[in-house]
Amino acid sequence: MIKELICIICPMGCHLQIEMDDMKNINLVTGNSCPRGEKYACKELIHPERILTSTVRIEGAIHPMLPVMTDKAVAKDKMFDVMKKLKEVRIKAPVKYEDIIIENVCDTGANIIASRSMDKYEKL
Amino acid sequence: MVNIDVAVIGGGSAGMAAALSAKENGVENILILEQGNELGGILQQCIHNGFGLQVYNEELTGPSFAQKLIDEVNNNNIDYRLETTVISITKDKQITYVNEKEGYVSVKAKSIILACGCYERNRGAISIPGVRVKGIYTAGEAQKLLNIENILVGKRVFILGSGDIGLIMARRMMLEGAKVLGVAEIMPYSNGLMRNIVQCLKDFDIPLYLSHTIIDVQGKEHVEKITIGKVDKNKKLIKGTEKDFWVDTLLLAVGLIPETSLTQTAGIQLDAHTKGPLVNDRFETTVPGIYACGNALHVHDLVDFVTMESKLVGRFVAEDILSYTTTPNLINVFPLEGVNYVLPQRLNKDVKEKVTFYFRVNKPYKESKVEFLDGDRVIKSVKKKYMLPANMERITLKKDEINNISFDLKVRVSEI
Ligand SMILES: Cc1cc2nc3c(=O)[nH]c(=O)nc-3n(C[C@H](O)[C@H](O)[C@H](O)COP(=O)(O)OP(=O)(O)OC[C@H]3O[C@@H](n4cnc5c(N)ncnc54)[C@H](O)[C@@H]3O)c2cc1C
Ligand code: SF4
Repeated sequence: MIKELICIICPMGCHLQIEMDDMKNINLVTGNSCPRGEKYACKELIHPERILTSTVRIEGAIHPMLPVMTDKAVAKDKMFDVMKKLKEVRIKAPVKYEDIIIENVCDTGANIIASRSMDKYEKL
Repeated sequence: MVNIDVAVIGGGSAGMAAALSAKENGVENILILEQGNELGGILQQCIHNGFGLQVYNEELTGPSFAQKLIDEVNNNNIDYRLETTVISITKDKQITYVNEKEGYVSVKAKSIILACGCYERNRGAISIPGVRVKGIYTAGEAQKLLNIENILVGKRVFILGSGDIGLIMARRMMLEGAKVLGVAEIMPYSNGLMRNIVQCLKDFDIPLYLSHTIIDVQGKEHVEKITIGKVDKNKKLIKGTEKDFWVDTLLLAVGLIPETSLTQTAGIQLDAHTKGPLVNDRFETTVPGIYACGNALHVHDLVDFVTMESKLVGRFVAEDILSYTTTPNLINVFPLEGVNYVLPQRLNKDVKEKVTFYFRVNKPYKESKVEFLDGDRVIKSVKKKYMLPANMERITLKKDEINNISFDLKVRVSEI
């Protein structure tokens, strides 16, 4: 089986062809202009991961939403589970940048952390 | 009237970085004027990551990047006013601003830094055919509503333009439960980063229609249907390629333009290509003592470059305040074949240090060379493997290379 991917490691954007056997082992990567392309292809085909960024509700802050992110990349197919979890969260100001909002979210091993600080805010 | 050394208009990344660097280089009396209710500018709504690799050596979200600058501004006790809008500036560097507490106030500055960012081209700017209906937003408006206010503008979305803001919004709206039916781009190549094409479109199976544009918008009060079609080399519709999409929302990601509404009253000249002020190698506009940086000067793709440029400008402003020497002799800088614009557009006759030129190419280039010419003489040639209109290019000329120029400086790009 041959899979195709575009390498996103640098602006060259090489088109990679990846030969896989029935056991999903990668036999050959072609189309890459440098070794980083091969490494990317292996990672991306076997265990694709993404950093997830979103928002959660916050009370008593300057805005109704606090921007948050996973503190490391999580499996791509867990993204919608994590999004669902975030919808349930309600927190209160103040929050400091990098505070942990949810530990080990959906058993991914990653924490949800605050992308910024939000102090208590009273509208004048 | 209150006197200020350096007044910075806009408290986004450009304004904060310029103020911090002016302070670091010896200016004490600095004031940032910001119309929003907090510092940070557009970054506060760009909640995705990918910022900061150049400046902070780590991958940050927009708000995290802003947070770092805001903390520095506070630690350095730089003065700022929020919910304060500058309504005019003059040649003599008098600034009039308005806010609820103080009303109308005029202050006098030794130098002004324009750091008021950019705005998005909207429907009027690109004249989309079809009826006038609700449900059409710029991608940035939709981003602000969703990420700051928690308002999802629609459930079935089509995006016109493949710039990064549009791609980022495609993913963001999918994650929030909307369906993005496609992205149309009139050019035969995408204007966004490859990473965004892969992680924002391919990850969610959103089709990208290159060489396509919108030919009709229909609906009673609200958008109900849009029609796209394929275009030929001359951007003319190819008959029979029309496709309909039933949507409730159309997002426009069709380009950014520097915010220059304050330049007129001061008589600052603009550049037809960048749509921002004309500046010299010290980022001074055509009015002495008024400088520009960040998206107010030319549109940047990355906040890292905005920050680096603005730090440089902050230093120039500080140096010029401490010992100002006007150089009326200027060398003009022009873009030639293959180059959309080049900045700075002018050079002082005797530059004091190396100068970095920023430019954008007019189409994708592989294996090509960038040449700098003095009259007909090539004074520098740089090979490039890969250049895209979406990526701002930067090339630095040494002090000697510039001070030997006798006519003017031109920049061209050609394939090898
Ligand atoms: C919608 C959008 C999304 C973007 N997304 C990304 C991204 O994902 N990644 C990236 O690297 N770059 C992105 N950019 C580019 C981004 O603009 C730069 O990275 C950078 O943050 C720009 O900084 P700035 O300070 O020049 O402008 P801004 O951050 O826009 O700051 C300008 C500030 O000036 C203030 N202002 C304007 N006029 C006045 C006035 N008359 N009086 C007082 N204050 C005034 C505004 O309120 C604003 O706070 C995006 C740009 C836009 C428009
Ligand atoms: S394979 Fe190497 S050269 Fe090609 S895009 Fe990936 S990192 Fe860049």
